[in-house]
Amino acid sequence: MTMLRNIWKDKLAAISLSILAIVLTAGIFAPLFAPHDPNEVNMKLRYAASSWEYLLGNDHLGRCILSRLIYGIRPSVLWVLAALAGSVMLGTAVGFVAGFFRGKVDAALMRVCDVMLSFPGYVMTLAIVGIMGVGLENILAAFILTKWAWFARIIRTSVLQYAESEYVRFAKAAGAGSFHIIRRHIIPVTASDVAVVASSSFGSMILQISGFSFLGLGVQAPTAEWGMMLNEAREVMFSRPELMLAPGLTIIIVVSAINFLSDSLQAALDPKLRTSTSKAAEQTSAVSAKQLLGREVA
Amino acid sequence: MLTASHVHKSYRKGGLFSRESQQVLRDVSFECGRGECLGIIGESGSGKSTLGRLILGIERPDSGSIRFEGQPVEDRKVRQGSLSAVFQDYTSSINPFFTVEEAIMEPLKLQRKDQQYDACKVDVLLHQVGLNPSYRTQYPHELSGGEAQRVCIARAISTEPKCIVLDEAISSLDGSVQMQVLELLKELREIYQMSYIFITHDIQAAAYICDSLIIFREGQIEEKIRIEQLKDVQSAYARKLLQMIIT
Ligand SMILES: Nc1ncnc2c1ncn2[C@@H]1O[C@H](COP(=O)(O)OP(=O)(O)O)[C@@H](O)[C@H]1O
Ligand SMILES: [Mg+2]
Repeated sequence: MTMLRNIWKDKLAAISLSILAIVLTAGIFAPLFAPHDPNEVNMKLRYAASSWEYLLGNDHLGRCILSRLIYGIRPSVLWVLAALAGSVMLGTAVGFVAGFFRGKVDAALMRVCDVMLSFPGYVMTLAIVGIMGVGLENILAAFILTKWAWFARIIRTSVLQYAESEYVRFAKAAGAGSFHIIRRHIIPVTASDVAVVASSSFGSMILQISGFSFLGLGVQAPTAEWGMMLNEAREVMFSRPELMLAPGLTIIIVVSAINFLSDSLQAALDPKLRTSTSKAAEQTSAVSAKQLLGREVA
Repeated sequence: MLTASHVHKSYRKGGLFSRESQQVLRDVSFECGRGECLGIIGESGSGKSTLGRLILGIERPDSGSIRFEGQPVEDRKVRQGSLSAVFQDYTSSINPFFTVEEAIMEPLKLQRKDQQYDACKVDVLLHQVGLNPSYRTQYPHELSGGEAQRVCIARAISTEPKCIVLDEAISSLDGSVQMQVLELLKELREIYQMSYIFITHDIQAAAYICDSLIIFREGQIEEKIRIEQLKDVQSAYARKLLQMIIT
């Protein structure tokens, strides 16, 4: 709750959060929001300009661009979010185990991570897609496989740092078990690192999946996807550049919103921003006391 | 009550495949009786904190054993409620997400998971360490060094333990605050009849509060003395330490 309030104070973050909330709801309830069937071909309306019925106009097959954008949220944002959650969870689990228990487990897990990280991410993804075939689910699987090691590394470092702190040492001395310590002490303080890392790679994953679809390796036609829509518009880039505008701008806006949000998340999760209720109460009472004094003087 | 016998500890130096190791504790044996305050004095790097961690069961000795009332301290059920600690670095001694109340209640909750504690307990503890009840809802970053260390002391005594390990508990406080906290510790010891293991490099503070001292050097016990006999220490090293405070 404190976190939401902190984010709300930051205007840019509040706008970003609202945009993302709208995008996510629109994606989940796409059939309710989309004015038309995204795959309904209507050759009479090829390249039609925007009208009241088709707010963003129609594409090369006369399909409603707005509806395709809304349905495109599902693979472009929602599925990316799911893949992100998967790799963050895997990476966090590995990072926690390695950072908290140290020793041989840590050494073994980190060598596996080193192997995973020694390949550039794009090359790994391309290789996996090459082996398993094109398609959204293969790209998502490739994302999980290539990203977890990176998360594990970062989270391990963060856990390592907090596991050495004196409040953890005290909890151990007082007879707390590992489970208690991880749940009460390590998770809350590492949560901000996890959130920041996850949100910053969310943006790049959206770009990547659009990139792969643009190359024809990801989502297959006729499913609507933002990168695919850009690819389809590419053929008429010079005669009708405005077709690139809708998917291009959507990607830019969503990715920027995520990046702004991830920036302010870091600040919002800082425990130093928490202030005790009693102190706040004291301050207000002090203020009112001053006002009273002022009144007496006046 | 607390006995250490022939404790050895070494840390591996260098990387994963390095065989080289640094011996930090060598054949340490001592005993701390009920209600006794035992000072452990030595230069920094002599292995005092390592010994403290072993006593608290956070790490295990390579060989030898540390027992609390006959049971090994590695077993956390033995430590729960009976052993406690106050550390040097008050800035990182309290979880930044905890309020003072949550921090103080933590060991109590660990000790008896199901029972509801009475809310006045925190007020009583805060009062005992000289803070007023309005501190309950504050976060650690809102506290000064002395206040934070008082909260740590309140947390340490909340389960009314039989023994507290104080690792440089007053060393990072300012002069006058140091004295206040030392007085507080002395008072609390009388109220609760606790033993202290008072680890410090400051022989003056140790002489003020302790009943007996262990002079520690390069991971070994150089000498054990009662505080009354502090004047007639045998070893040259201990003499040198004493010389420094007399002059
Ligand atoms: N976890 C550790 N790993 C490796 N070496 C350590 C570790 N803890 C302490 N040491 C080494 O043990 C020696 C004693 O440290 P410490 O017990 O902190 O001394 P003191 O508290 O007396 O200043 C130091 O040389 C330090 O480098
Ligand atoms: Mg030390």
